[in-house]
Amino acid sequence: MNIYEQAAGNRRATGVVVGVFILFFLAIGLGFDLYYGAGAPVFTIAAFLFSGVSSYAGFYYGDKLILSSTRAKELDFNDLKQRQWQNVVEEMSIASGLPLPKTYIIDDPDPNAFATGRDPQHSSIAVTRGLLDKLNREELQGVAAHEMSHIRNFDIRLMLLLAVLVGSIALISDWARRSLFYGRRRDSRGSGSGPAVLIILAIWLIAVILAPLLSQLLAMFVSRKREYLADASGAELTRNPLGLASALEKINEAVEPTRSINQGSAHLCIADPKGSALGAKEGMAADLFATHPPIKKRVEALQQMAYVK
Amino acid sequence: MLLWIIIAVAVVLGLWVIGVFNSLISLKNQVLNGWNQIDVQLKRRHDLIPNLIETVKGVMKFEQDTLTKVIEARNKAISAEGVSEKGVQENILSGALRQLFALVENYPNLKSNENVAKLQEELISTENRIGFSRQFYNDIATKFNISQQVFPANVVAGIFGFKQSELFQITDAAEREVPKVDLNLK
Repeated sequence: MNIYEQAAGNRRATGVVVGVFILFFLAIGLGFDLYYGAGAPVFTIAAFLFSGVSSYAGFYYGDKLILSSTRAKELDFNDLKQRQWQNVVEEMSIASGLPLPKTYIIDDPDPNAFATGRDPQHSSIAVTRGLLDKLNREELQGVAAHEMSHIRNFDIRLMLLLAVLVGSIALISDWARRSLFYGRRRDSRGSGSGPAVLIILAIWLIAVILAPLLSQLLAMFVSRKREYLADASGAELTRNPLGLASALEKINEAVEPTRSINQGSAHLCIADPKGSALGAKEGMAADLFATHPPIKKRVEALQQMAYVK
Repeated sequence: MLLWIIIAVAVVLGLWVIGVFNSLISLKNQVLNGWNQIDVQLKRRHDLIPNLIETVKGVMKFEQDTLTKVIEARNKAISAEGVSEKGVQENILSGALRQLFALVENYPNLKSNENVAKLQEELISTENRIGFSRQFYNDIATKFNISQQVFPANVVAGIFGFKQSELFQITDAAEREVPKVDLNLK
């Protein structure tokens, strides 16, 4: 698959994610209307509006939200290391032929980085102070190339909407469950009597309970697949896979969690901000619950590209 | 009936020719843009060099030879005409700069000077930018060339007289030399 097909695939996937998201909210709204048996489909309309507005807001303002939630600041070019990072990003923007993304720094000692935005024209890359301190120029270049590839492949758009989806679903399903368990039915004789309705309600209840978990698993699954790809196309930009490999090793050695980045945006980062707890484990369960493939595997794949293994 | 089939085929063919032509034009402009990008980065390097010389010349007065070589190489590169001549002069300039940076290593008070460190970073970045802009140019020019050569687009390219873009190559024999690798493990 070349990068145009990648980008097209990601655009499609983004559409599917938004579609599923809106359908899910419609289902929740329908369930409420069914349960409470009000005359007009109030909840359905409200749910539709909510999902529409939050997709729209996430698409246009989600990147700013994520950046401000990590307290990302603009770079200070008097600092040599920050100047160097800006240079490295500009070099990668030349190598990829894409517009220059905005650059931010996060005051956190743990090395990590992420890219966000809706398309290459509206994109940002943020790094932690720890990454700039620990990595040399060549390794920083590898990281910048990795993030640039996420931007080029439209991974950032997909990831951004996934972040919105995971966040809103967690919020709404929490609220739905609480109002179900503590709320009272207004109307018991209406439509809620047939067995078909009961089955639908049961399925609906299960969906509401499982949705936060499933949406998180989906975000993790999508993110895991994209990391290998960004590693590979990043190496294509720098023509130096070992720079990124050694950067990943250094990031892996720093086991401290990245405190400024919360779980909701974990799938955006170059390495799991939780620290190395799951990153080192392999196997089915660890794979399922990790936002990133094990760093060891990524490093090996990069080393193979450079023919050292 | 037959007439309609002929018209339909002609319309489809016409649309296809337009599509191929437009994608070739778009690639051609990307190639031109890529070429200009190389010039932008070369200019950046020319602009940085006087600053660098000004900063280091006080401490490095015993290296006058190297400093003049860099300045001369820069002036020659600026006044060079034509693609191949430019390439040669820019490569000489790269070599002179590399020599200068090797010498800076001998001056501990220069190495620890923040201004020198910053300038050095800017020049390293510029060297990289030149390299990456050439890489991007070659990538996009290769794509342009391939899309002119594949069948059946080559027919359209031939009719409208599209020309192959020249790729950027290493002109300096020394740079092309394969580095020697010693495989005898000790």
